[in-house]
Amino acid sequence: MLHDALIYLAAAVIAVPLFKRLGLGAVLGYLIAGVLIGPSVLRLIDDTETVLKFSEFGVVLLLFLVGLELNPRKLWQLRVPIFGMGSLQVFGTIGLVGGALWALGTPWPVALIVGIATSLSSTSLGLALMGERGLLPTAGGRSALSVLLFQDILVIPILLLVAWLAPPGAAHADGGGHGPFSPLAAAGLVVGMVVLARFAMRPLLRFIANTGLREIFVAFALLLVIGAALAAEGVGASAALGTFLAGVLLAESEYRHELNIVIEPFKGLLLGLFFIAVGMGVQLSLFVEQPLLVVGGTVALVAAKLLVLFAAARAFRLCGQDGVVFSVVLSQVGEFAFVVLAAARANGSLPADVAGPMNAIVAASILSTPLLFLVVSRFVMPRMNRAEAREADAIDERNEVIVAGVGRFGQVVSRLLIGRGYGVTLIDHDPEQIELMRRFGFRAYYGDAARRDVLESAGIEEASLLVLAFDDPERVLETAQLVRERFPHVRLLARARGRTEAFELAEHGIPFERETFRAAAAVGEQALVALGEHPHDAHRAQQAFVRHDLQMLQEAAKARGDDQTLISLAERARADLAQLLKREGLADAEDDDGAGPTHRDWMR
Amino acid sequence: MSPTRHRVLLLLAHPRLPASRINAALLDAARGIGDVTIHDLYHAYPDGFIDVAAEQQRLLAHDTVVLQFPIQWYAMPALLKHWFDEVLQSGWAYGRDGNALAGKGLFVAATSGGDPAGYGRHAAQFTLTELFRPIEASARYCGMRWLGHVAYGASERINARLPEFAADYASRIAALTRGDHHPEHDSR
Repeated sequence: MLHDALIYLAAAVIAVPLFKRLGLGAVLGYLIAGVLIGPSVLRLIDDTETVLKFSEFGVVLLLFLVGLELNPRKLWQLRVPIFGMGSLQVFGTIGLVGGALWALGTPWPVALIVGIATSLSSTSLGLALMGERGLLPTAGGRSALSVLLFQDILVIPILLLVAWLAPPGAAHADGGGHGPFSPLAAAGLVVGMVVLARFAMRPLLRFIANTGLREIFVAFALLLVIGAALAAEGVGASAALGTFLAGVLLAESEYRHELNIVIEPFKGLLLGLFFIAVGMGVQLSLFVEQPLLVVGGTVALVAAKLLVLFAAARAFRLCGQDGVVFSVVLSQVGEFAFVVLAAARANGSLPADVAGPMNAIVAASILSTPLLFLVVSRFVMPRMNRAEAREADAIDERNEVIVAGVGRFGQVVSRLLIGRGYGVTLIDHDPEQIELMRRFGFRAYYGDAARRDVLESAGIEEASLLVLAFDDPERVLETAQLVRERFPHVRLLARARGRTEAFELAEHGIPFERETFRAAAAVGEQALVALGEHPHDAHRAQQAFVRHDLQMLQEAAKARGDDQTLISLAERARADLAQLLKREGLADAEDDDGAGPTHRDWMR
Repeated sequence: MSPTRHRVLLLLAHPRLPASRINAALLDAARGIGDVTIHDLYHAYPDGFIDVAAEQQRLLAHDTVVLQFPIQWYAMPALLKHWFDEVLQSGWAYGRDGNALAGKGLFVAATSGGDPAGYGRHAAQFTLTELFRPIEASARYCGMRWLGHVAYGASERINARLPEFAADYASRIAALTRGDHHPEHDSR
């Protein structure tokens, strides 16, 4: 046991930093480490099954953490992608892969089982890949998560279907640890979890946190997750789905961060172990014996899945990078296929000469995704910025103001302008945002305002002001330059994420406002008040600080490229600021009881 | 009559310029005149946070200061008073070594909602000369030359009188740039 642990840890410690360093990502590192220490290459460890079973718990923890990030309201917002995109992807893949096999002469039950097995993607791999690159909160990430959730919901019906497809007289195999599914019990479990989360969890968590014993909190968190997993399996649902639900229900608790911090390391280690186990399961021998079948099959399967995924992305107006991330991340056949194939093999509905190569193909497809993702994010996505799946809306309004980007920034800008009676045309490239704005009675249009034709159809010729409120700084700058060049009569106002972006905009002479700067300065002012300063003094110090900072930014932008000047400027700015704030602060108030002639003057 | 040109700084303090008729007309009249810098305080400092150093530099670069404002509660608008409080600092405009403004002229061009000649009669017991004493006192305390005031009032026939006001104001400002303005108090 300790001997095995040593090998796993060593493999992870060697492979993962190396792969990260090479820019290949941790997931691929784990997988390759697994292949190397597994039975196919070094044979350091033979028993892959036990490790796989044990480490599957990492996936369960992963879904708990994903759930923690999604409160019920956010989950409800995802209902359309979950059921819409999810069913499109799953049934599309079953139809395409199963149909092709059937057309090639495979008996229909076998074609159906292979189609079903390949329709599922790897939740762990997909979420880990996106998590590694911070893509989970993007539209593509959310859509991929939705589809993965839908697949998790399908786990039970699929196992039932596989059992039903068994040839008459064959032994019915149990579908991998699940109890018989009972809708009534499942509904009961959901209600029970909601009630528990609502009324019992908060006092319980507080009671345990108040003991001050960290390890007890850790133990309780694990207890919670394992409990949810076993309860879900008890009613015949998947453990991952149960813990996901538990996570969602706890997403609004004040202990969300605590739980996250506590579970995170377990998830990381177990998930790593899981990927190692998947790597170990890859039978390299099959690649040697039937290279054409395995490699060709993998390529064909991944291509078929990509085709369906792109179509789903297009149907749901997921465009550009989001569509690519969504498709590539879900393009492999997930580890659940092993379970389906094993169950079908055990009950006799799948012949061995199909199951063997299929297992190798599934493993190869899992290996292919990190590589494909790497290639795509290096070479395809940088050029994808402008690509668009959804046609821009036709805009029939002609207004003097165009606000591009109506997220949390653009919304505030446009509400002020509209409230003041100005005509404002709102454009965004996020369909969800547009839907949201429309629900609140604003007319917003879909389109990428970084594109000239979209700006033209929005009436830029007649507009006098364009507010660039995108959150992507590069698009802000690109669009500003485009408008400067083509529509010089239009005044520009740009949103800058931070100092770096503000610097760049200042350099190009584009008026900007940093999105957090003034709010932060306001907090600074309140901090001065909290420290006992007079509110008016604090306010003046804040105003002086803001003005000084803006002046320095403009000067620095002028001196761009000249490091020597920049350094001396920064030094001067620090000194100036100290002087300025002292002068504006309490220092000179000691002797200030009036201006102009004073009693003292008359005495002289 | 000195041949040297006097650079005039016109400090405008109107909290709602777009809603004003006389001030806008006066400003237009002054705009075309050479050696006149127009500085709109409410435009420059919408947040009321005056850049003292910049204001002092601007004062140093001019010979005569004109304060143009609508009379509010018998006095100048708040931002202009704030400008006095902030910019005319001890050690700069007055007090020890405070002689930056010495010798410069100060002139007031005010507008009123009613007939300016009404000040001093009826309920308004004080004349504009009396009401502007604090400005005059401040100017004198800083060693400035007090050039008096002119006041233009809104009335029934205001639209008809605007060209007349504008011409009068333009000639007064032009006289200031020539340095041949003499102290007087005049209400229109």
